[in-house]
Amino acid sequence: MQLQEKIIGKILLLIALSSIFILSLITFFIFEEGIPLILKIGPKAFLLGQKWIPSKGLFGIFPMIVSSFWVTIGALLLGIPLGLACTIFLSELIPPSIATLFRPAIQLLAAIPSVIYGFWGLIVLVPLIRNYLGGPGLSILAGSLVLSFMILPTIITISEDALKTLPPSYKAGALALGATHWQTIWRVLIPAARSGIVASVILGMGRAIGETMAMIMILGNAVKMPTSFLESARTLTTNIGIEMGYASGSHRQALFATGIVLFFIIMTLNTLAIFLSKRRAH
Amino acid sequence: MIRIAEYELRNGDYSNATMISNRYLAPRNKQIPIRKIPNPKPNRFGHRGLLSRIYLEFGVWNLGFLTCLLSILLLIPLSVGCQRSKAGITVAGSTSVEPFAELLAEEYMSKHPESHIYVQGGGSTAGIEAAITGAANIGMSSRNLTDAEKKLYAVTIAKDAIAVIVHPTSPIDNLPLDEIREVFSGKTANWKELGGPNHPIDIVTREEGSGTRESFQKFVMGKEDISLGALVQDSNGAVRQVISNDPNAIGYISLGLVNEQVKALRISTVEPNLNNVYNGKYTLVRPFLFVFSGEPAGEAKSFLEFVLSPQAQKLLLKEGLVPVLKKLGEE
Repeated sequence: MQLQEKIIGKILLLIALSSIFILSLITFFIFEEGIPLILKIGPKAFLLGQKWIPSKGLFGIFPMIVSSFWVTIGALLLGIPLGLACTIFLSELIPPSIATLFRPAIQLLAAIPSVIYGFWGLIVLVPLIRNYLGGPGLSILAGSLVLSFMILPTIITISEDALKTLPPSYKAGALALGATHWQTIWRVLIPAARSGIVASVILGMGRAIGETMAMIMILGNAVKMPTSFLESARTLTTNIGIEMGYASGSHRQALFATGIVLFFIIMTLNTLAIFLSKRRAH
Repeated sequence: MIRIAEYELRNGDYSNATMISNRYLAPRNKQIPIRKIPNPKPNRFGHRGLLSRIYLEFGVWNLGFLTCLLSILLLIPLSVGCQRSKAGITVAGSTSVEPFAELLAEEYMSKHPESHIYVQGGGSTAGIEAAITGAANIGMSSRNLTDAEKKLYAVTIAKDAIAVIVHPTSPIDNLPLDEIREVFSGKTANWKELGGPNHPIDIVTREEGSGTRESFQKFVMGKEDISLGALVQDSNGAVRQVISNDPNAIGYISLGLVNEQVKALRISTVEPNLNNVYNGKYTLVRPFLFVFSGEPAGEAKSFLEFVLSPQAQKLLLKEGLVPVLKKLGEE
């Protein structure tokens, strides 16, 4: 029995290590390909450069960093109120039996492939925005709208978990002190679950920054500093996605270098989310 | 973990109990959820069966065990899949050539049912690289080879004209080459300046590195840059899709892919059609290349021969490309 235990233990160790190995391999190659270019043109010219014209050797990704945050913040502005309202509704306001009907529907949102979101945005949202708000329609607004739907499942499931794990005494205590149901939710439950809710928002933000396919289809991919939500923009991920097919030489290195920047942004967000959800546990 | 220790204790096997409890029992300040322990009665496999042991004794772990099994099971179809793709040849590269190559491959396979031709996109540069590394037997390119790539064996299978397209409802039918340059460089920003409605022009271009963009840059833009505010789409189809939806857009795609959803502009009054390509009046023409790492041989050679045959060239002509067999074009 000891022997079997050891063998199985070793097999599992091997599998666990392989996933870490793959991660480090990917990280290594991204850095190995990307770092030489950053060093060649200088980190400042790369990160703060305003122009991206690979055929002329100009690799400034500042407009893309800014656009990534515009799109993401737009998505959060639309997604957080929607997600939070949905969470409160599901966990507090409707009977659990009906909530079990809603929940799979929300989780299904996460299962829809992003290309479908993109296609829907392109066919439905983009003409609406072009006809009623002006601009080319392929815009940050369209991207933010679609992203806000895509991050809903993340926000709702994680912040609902945060509300559920609160000690029942919080709610009971607030109600016993004479608070109304709504006061209990807004003044007691939400603040108590705050760190979990913030973690859900940060994870949603990570999802939004990383989204590629849908954004290629609806952002329009123009490389310039955004000045309004009705303009086209290019995020870091779509820059890689749209140009990798034809890139070679230092152009390809520049795409890997874009990946490095993305890597750091996502790492920061995930660390923040882990840190916050740990704090919630204590 | 608790479960293992307790199971052993119940069965009177104390040999490992101390060690296990030392190793596995959690520190006191951590709470451990108390779970009901399944009664370890002999099941239908008896106590001695390996599977039942694993189930009972490594209950927590059988998910991991399943993962092992699953990954092995997954490897089998994967290796089968790899073997299957070896049986045919792979043609990869330019998304402009891809739809035509697919058509030709279908035609070729219907004649040679024993062979398989896999057509993939990826872009001209990716296709050329795939031909060099051997990832593909044939690379497709919609641009001329660079000096570094000149050592490859390249065959022009057809020529393609680039059409400047607008929405079908646009009042503009004809633009001189220099005005097209002004539009794409962003200097002319409103349709009003070209005699159209008072509305900003939405420029649609291809991404950096695209063969179509390179050709357009060379033939139309010259030293000027395409405006940075231009919308960028990553395929001919995507450009056409955007323009067919936007009455104020202008862009460029392969002439062969122009359909009723968009309108191809006359350039300096020259209609983009095959006749004008042949007599040299329409100048936005680029080659479609098949690239080989060396002298083509075997299946790849026989496919190339088919592509250059009059029958296949006729097919390409019907699809809107300019065949390399001059005779066909003049018919």
